[in-house]
Amino acid sequence: MTLYDLAFGPFAEFGFMRRALAGCLALALGCGPIGTFLVIRRMSLMGDALSHAVLPGAALGFILGGLSLPAMSLGGVGAGLVVALLSGLVTRLTPLREDASFAAFYLISLALGVLLVSTHGSNVDLLHLLFGSILAIDNAALVLIGAVASMSLLSLAVIYRPLVVECFDPGFLRAVGGRGGLVHTVFLALVVLNLVAGFQALGTLMAVGLMMLPAAAARFWVHELWMLSAASSALAFASGFLGLLLSYHLDLPSGPSIVLVAGLAYFASVLCGSRDSLRTLYLQRRQPAA
Amino acid sequence: MSASFGGAIALRNVTLAYDGHPAVHRLSGEFSRGSLTAIVGPNGAGKSTLVKGMVGVLRPTDGLIQPDGLGGGGIAYLPQHAEIERHFPISVIQTVLLGHWRRIGWTRRVTRELCEAAQRALAAVGLAGFERRPIGTLSAGQFQRVLFARLIVQDAGLILLDEPLAAVDWRTSEDLLRLIVSWHREGRTVAAVLHDLDQVRAYFPDTLLLARECVAWGPTREALMPQNLRRARDLSETWSEGENHRPAPGPWRAGLAGYPDPLPVSGEREGSA
Repeated sequence: MTLYDLAFGPFAEFGFMRRALAGCLALALGCGPIGTFLVIRRMSLMGDALSHAVLPGAALGFILGGLSLPAMSLGGVGAGLVVALLSGLVTRLTPLREDASFAAFYLISLALGVLLVSTHGSNVDLLHLLFGSILAIDNAALVLIGAVASMSLLSLAVIYRPLVVECFDPGFLRAVGGRGGLVHTVFLALVVLNLVAGFQALGTLMAVGLMMLPAAAARFWVHELWMLSAASSALAFASGFLGLLLSYHLDLPSGPSIVLVAGLAYFASVLCGSRDSLRTLYLQRRQPAA
Repeated sequence: MSASFGGAIALRNVTLAYDGHPAVHRLSGEFSRGSLTAIVGPNGAGKSTLVKGMVGVLRPTDGLIQPDGLGGGGIAYLPQHAEIERHFPISVIQTVLLGHWRRIGWTRRVTRELCEAAQRALAAVGLAGFERRPIGTLSAGQFQRVLFARLIVQDAGLILLDEPLAAVDWRTSEDLLRLIVSWHREGRTVAAVLHDLDQVRAYFPDTLLLARECVAWGPTREALMPQNLRRARDLSETWSEGENHRPAPGPWRAGLAGYPDPLPVSGEREGSA
């Protein structure tokens, strides 16, 4: 078996592998910058919360429309947005902090989702929703993922500047009337959209992995925002590529394989990255304090 | 960049409250066009609250705050504890360029002129050559200079500073005070919350002495008369007792070393402070 057979054979041979790879590329393009902003805004767990929040909507879509992509996606987006908006509302109207109100709503949402799936579907369906399957990426799914990625990049281009300021100095944005609340809401909507785009391939629980792990890893290599985004996207795509191969050759589920490869990249970055990694902090001679 | 304009803000019987507790009570007066006013008072006197009210971050529960003649520049505001993410990957020059917000907004282009204005502002605060440095590498004093450069770029007719010199060394605070005075000379209206009464006496023509209510508002020499300072302190003690505050530091506590003590009665109170 040659390297070509190992690395490219499956994609050359099977349409579903090519579609999965194309899906990973589109996902990586959207998830890179969005994950970067989540990490930088200290909202990593918010992404996780939202990925759980998507479940009852997807389940409801499944119950009403069967294993239909539009129904499940629409439901997922709806549930994610409802949780994001409601927890934002509670945060604004009460002294409860954003992380706590997010946690409350996503837990409710997750329980509701599991309840729906287990009363109306089989265990197989639940597994499918939770962990996804590359076989689920048909042409329609690919179009959806591509559309979400394009929309994410375009929206990010529009809100990039206020989003950066909202992360860096929210008080300033408020004082100059830069509509930080609107920017925050649009950004959360983009997070939800990308999670929904990812859950066909990776499952609701794993979709956030492709968003967070590459972004967290990139932080150990580069500093500037656009570099972080680009590196995250590249890492996400590489994880998708290797994960799909692992999944194919070893007959493993695709979602966890992809996320675990991203996890390996994260570990490697923490250990040997060029910036602030354990290697630079503890193995090299300490530089005198600047 | 010269603004020959200067905004004014009139306060009419303004009450500002946090969680139902009034922090500024029935304050009336005016920061007139082109004035340079220090806002001083004990801890908890409502100084920051007043500034937030004037910026519009906080709504008065009663009374009116009337800005006038702000022009296109609006209000430039430097908060006390800016909620700034100091390790955000952004460079010094980009931070200063944000001062152009009203001209660039969400999507408009940053032109060469705007860049040059930002560079001039950096030079004016003594940080020429720092353009590409990430802000995470700056000292507290250098970072405060960057924020001042951003204020310069904002080119506002009314500038509100909340304890701008709190965390900086002597040298930096002299430089920044000189900048504040130069804004005053350009005709801008400036108000700054300060703690150091010597700095206030040296640089600020007008002073508002605040202790939740207005104790004195006028020429600095008169506003900071001993009897006014004593009254501010007495007022602060009435709310400190009620709310279990720490005793106020600085000249507000009786007989503190290092100050030409304005309070003739301070000697007898020294032990209890």
